[in-house]
Amino acid sequence: MSGGYIIEANGLRKTFGSVTALESVDLQVERGTVLGLLGPNGAGKTTMVRILSTLLKADGGRAAIAGYDLDTQPRQVRKVIGLTGQETSVDPLLTGRENLVMMGRLFHLGAAVAERRAAELLERFGLVEAADRQVGTYSGGMRRRLDLAVSLVSSPQILFLDEPTTGLDPTSRMALWEMIEDLVSAGTTILLTTQYLEEADRLAGRIAVLNGGRIVADGTPYELKRQVGEERAELTVRADDLTRTMATVGGESIDERTVSVAVNGPDDVRGLLNRLADAGVEVVRFALHQPTLDDVFRTLTSKTTEGAK
Amino acid sequence: MTQATAVKEPSPLAVVVGDCVELSRRSLRHVTRNVDEIIQAFVVPVVLLLMFRFLFGGAINTGGPSYVDYVIAGVIVLSVTFNSPATAVAVANDLQNGIVERFKSMPMFGGAVLVGHVVAAVLRSLIAVVLVIGLGLVVGFRPTAGPVEWLAVLAVLLLFIVAVAWVATLLGLVSGGVEAAGGYATILVFVPYASSALVPPETMPTALRLFVEYQPFTPVIDTTRALLLGHPAGASVWLALAWWVPILVLTMAYAVRRFDRRTNA
Ligand SMILES: Nc1ncnc2c1ncn2[C@@H]1O[C@H](COP(=O)(O)OP(=O)(O)OP(=O)(O)O)[C@@H](O)[C@H]1O
Ligand SMILES: [Mg+2]
Repeated sequence: MSGGYIIEANGLRKTFGSVTALESVDLQVERGTVLGLLGPNGAGKTTMVRILSTLLKADGGRAAIAGYDLDTQPRQVRKVIGLTGQETSVDPLLTGRENLVMMGRLFHLGAAVAERRAAELLERFGLVEAADRQVGTYSGGMRRRLDLAVSLVSSPQILFLDEPTTGLDPTSRMALWEMIEDLVSAGTTILLTTQYLEEADRLAGRIAVLNGGRIVADGTPYELKRQVGEERAELTVRADDLTRTMATVGGESIDERTVSVAVNGPDDVRGLLNRLADAGVEVVRFALHQPTLDDVFRTLTSKTTEGAK
Repeated sequence: MTQATAVKEPSPLAVVVGDCVELSRRSLRHVTRNVDEIIQAFVVPVVLLLMFRFLFGGAINTGGPSYVDYVIAGVIVLSVTFNSPATAVAVANDLQNGIVERFKSMPMFGGAVLVGHVVAAVLRSLIAVVLVIGLGLVVGFRPTAGPVEWLAVLAVLLLFIVAVAWVATLLGLVSGGVEAAGGYATILVFVPYASSALVPPETMPTALRLFVEYQPFTPVIDTTRALLLGHPAGASVWLALAWWVPILVLTMAYAVRRFDRRTNA
């Protein structure tokens, strides 16, 4: 196996009829890291995960997982991955324990190991009390946790999580984040898709933003934030000063009393305030904002949709 | 590093067999946890038999054996096809609720999911058949088959039962939804009515009679009936085999292949 990336994709393409889900996607993930795949609805995140987890054939491009080629060695790939799809995929007529034991046996762990692993995971995911109830009676959050537990049965090297915390309450989400962090510190590589930027910011060492079937940005959360943006100053003025303020410093109005302006360092801020003072505008309130991933996301995804017009 | 699960690599055959056993166990658990399915599998054939025996039995002249002796072979076949919708729906359900996606992402024999459903369907059918025969004996069915004929009946029915289970599985696979799966499989329930199951074809109008005589269920029914009553089964045995061996082989091969293929959508 090469010492390179544990997930490596080059030029992946996929169309469904007339819909181009992925146009040409390159992706590299280093062993033992978390890559957050972000993107609006329909960006192609699930398509990407399904291709990388051997469920879907790409129309073009190549990808290798742990050095195994996705096209020619899917069986090898399946041995080293775990998948929690966007839709929960456990058997509602079986109990939680039965689901876990069955999956363990299907990973050919052997009966005894499968039992032990199931007990371990039930414990770890707080499902001991519900273990012997049919999954059909579980709450959505419990089912989601079981789903994640099932994908860990084989202690996979690589875990694909497609919006793992959607539908979870804040406590369960937090617990899941902690579990993901534990997995990573134990050496698991994770590719995570999410709609929650806070989640990506907390968990992912690197973020790739998918939009319109392409990766439109890729980097650490910090790099991405820097890339879109500048820091912004928010200036609150009297309502009748708003037009004058914008004429003086540019920027855009957030409401009828507040203007947001990109700034670049302290000198820029000083100059800005001086110009306003010269214009006779009284600044009632002043705040500086670091860009958030939200800003990154909004900037990147709106830019490309405009570009597509 | 991730804890290495140092399991000995099982041989490919062991994988296939083990996975089939595991998923058969799963499907059998489904049977015991699905009350509707049990009712469908066991109660309906019983009601049918009683109805034909006591409601119509006096009015129908078969021109030979008593009506219960005549109709029991038909009810046996109906009790098999009655299981089809449950099987097709179970398969469609698996596809719909995403568990199949998970199975396909695992290093297992994909076709095992289908085999599991087939095994459960076969078991349900066998129990229904035994139930029908047992009840038949209580209400006046008097077989004259010897041990050889009983074995032959069992063999033909087993072939038929397995083939029907695969057809139902394939219907579930191609239907594209739970409702549609149930709908298609219902065809399988009704076609056997237009056979020699309930009345001798000689009494039917010509067009219907031609259909009845040449459709695949009739030779199975005729074979079963002849063997049970100790009559010569004649060509119907070969006709039954000529229909159902290819049906079994083709549906099985197609279903497994279709299922194992990585999807394009
Ligand atoms: N099986 C399919 N058949 C047809 N079109 C599909 C199929 N799967 C996905 N698509 C289309 O491909 C595009 C990408 O879908 P995908 O599910 O990958 O998006 P996503 O980023 O996961 O979105 P979401 O955030 O809503 O889950 C969408 O336009 C979708 O309609
Ligand atoms: Mg998705």
